[in-house]
Amino acid sequence: MTAITLIQAINQAMAYALKHDPDTLVFGEDVGHNGGVFRATDTLQERFGKERVVDTPLAESMIAGMAIGMASYGLKPIAEFQFMGFIYPAFNQIVSHAARLRNRTRGRLHCPLVFRAPYGGGIHAPEHHSESTEALFAHIPGLRVVIPSTPARAYGLLLAAWQDPDPVLFLEPKRIYRALKQEVPDDGKALPLDKAFLVREGKDLTLISWGACMQETLQAAQSLSQQGVESDVIDLASISPIDMETILNSVTKTGRCMIVHEAARQGGVGADIAARLAEEALCYLRAPVVRVTGYDTTMPYMALEKQYMPSVQRILKHAQTVMEFA
Amino acid sequence: MITSAPYQFSELAQFHVHRLQFMNEQSELTQALPAFATDETLLELYRLMCFTRSGDEKAVNLQRTGQCGTYPASTGQEAISTGIGHAMADSDVFCPYYRDQGTLLQRGVRWEDIYTYWGGDEAGNLIPEAVNTHDFPVSVPIASQFQYAAGIAFAMAYRGESNAVVATGGEGSTSEGDFHEALNLAGTHQLPLVVVINNNQWAISVPRDSQTSSQTIAQKGIAAGVDCLQVDGNDVIAVREAVALALEKARSKGGPTLIEALSYRLCDHTTADDFSRYADEAHLKAAKEHEPIARMRRYLTEHHQWNDDKENALLSDLNSHVQEAAQTYLNRSKPKIDDMFNHMYAHLPKELEEQRELAKEGY
Repeated sequence: MTAITLIQAINQAMAYALKHDPDTLVFGEDVGHNGGVFRATDTLQERFGKERVVDTPLAESMIAGMAIGMASYGLKPIAEFQFMGFIYPAFNQIVSHAARLRNRTRGRLHCPLVFRAPYGGGIHAPEHHSESTEALFAHIPGLRVVIPSTPARAYGLLLAAWQDPDPVLFLEPKRIYRALKQEVPDDGKALPLDKAFLVREGKDLTLISWGACMQETLQAAQSLSQQGVESDVIDLASISPIDMETILNSVTKTGRCMIVHEAARQGGVGADIAARLAEEALCYLRAPVVRVTGYDTTMPYMALEKQYMPSVQRILKHAQTVMEFA
Repeated sequence: MITSAPYQFSELAQFHVHRLQFMNEQSELTQALPAFATDETLLELYRLMCFTRSGDEKAVNLQRTGQCGTYPASTGQEAISTGIGHAMADSDVFCPYYRDQGTLLQRGVRWEDIYTYWGGDEAGNLIPEAVNTHDFPVSVPIASQFQYAAGIAFAMAYRGESNAVVATGGEGSTSEGDFHEALNLAGTHQLPLVVVINNNQWAISVPRDSQTSSQTIAQKGIAAGVDCLQVDGNDVIAVREAVALALEKARSKGGPTLIEALSYRLCDHTTADDFSRYADEAHLKAAKEHEPIARMRRYLTEHHQWNDDKENALLSDLNSHVQEAAQTYLNRSKPKIDDMFNHMYAHLPKELEEQRELAKEGY
């Protein structure tokens, strides 16, 4: 089996969905002949036809609304927003309809759909192409937000999102679209939604992250290990709902916790985790919960993006404070 | 006009906007009636318009007496919703906004469902007697309904079905991007979508002239490659026939249509609004002359021996229906804390299960 990248795993999952379910459609801007600007939908139109892999007009609210209507009528749409920075025109459709259709009809109608969007910085993209605003969506009841951090999890979680009877926003860390390779069997096996992944075990510190930042977090864990500090590393993966059970199991053991994310700190998902730890694990904490995040600035254009995003060095600096706290 | 500059400009295209009317303000026929308009059907349309008004009046009364929440009546616009509902087949899907009571009543929505919804309980959207379970509940955010309506039409086309979607909105909604985006999609893929705009001259307090300088609302379809038509929205026969023609075209793969139905909102925007703050008395008086129910009553009186006795018998019958619906609504058991949580997801996340229990314990 050849090892594949995260974006190839996403392509493989969509091909699996299209192959096994005639009600599944993939659509968005440039997803057809061009195969998507990152090639996530490469060859899908060729293989599954123009009726099922559709280039839409350039209108994000429309893409979202189209998916909602199709899903309510029994199809399984996988819709792409070209960049998360352009998802905002669709916010009303996602928040006012996709996320609440089941509830406001008391279960009569529902909306099983997947919204995909590449997100995050670090690829020297133009302005507006690098944001990480997952917290905006994590705040919306009725919507699931999922972020993979490896090819295998991208495949398994995208299939899980596709099989889920509710709307899922699937955010793809584009910085690592091609950074990692793994063997990912095309077996159609979905990973569980709503579950975090404990990817490294240690007794001294809990490191929680997701998406591309998992790379720096794991490297920091490796460095800390060389200094004798052993970390639990949790890939949150499900940004909403948050798997607090996995987090609490770890933090009640380690007593120290750091959350690493690329998004701005204020109102970020890290804030919610920290608050939950204060509520539910206060007596187990041996140091303040610390967040290593993007700053509360606009995501800078490429000249400064490296300084904005959490680096291994920044994580290690904060880790020192956390470990030294008596 | 920039074409007054001293150059030769060549004309590329010409566009036309047409209007349809069968019965004018004086209740005179302006052309031969369409085939559907038998004596029986005209009486049925009249009954449905009156039923809409009776139920609206009851809803406003319930709100004024503290028994219902904010309610948007459709007074003066009953011909539009009634005509739409009468033209639709059960297999068509309806994506309403919030002034379509006359259509809803023909889609299996009962007055008690409408009262339940505006009384504050989402269970009003369950619609146990829906003629089509895919029908959407009312869309409150303006113009957003056109987008998912186009999505449903896309799904119908994908499946090769021969039904269509009807979506409605007010003229204010045609200023929103969602309206144009949905029409653009429908035009691009020639989707089986019929959009009906109730141009009732007011978007809450903003008059039609402050909404757009477009000569008609109908012509907004032209840029999207969508067939368009203006109808006299106070003429239920014209609305019914225009929607039927558009649906027939949509079902036979002829593509989408935008219909502008001209009316006048003879009521507050909702019970939370006060029309007298901004409406001109003289305009209102003139508009009342054109309203659809009086127009049809005059016609029926002149041509179908309609009289006060028949009128009173009808209104009394409708009134007792509405009273009964109101009583059913008032007797309904109130929603419980569980209802707030149970339909958030197909499988309730653990976190929400915990919150549900906490809520029940008063935390």
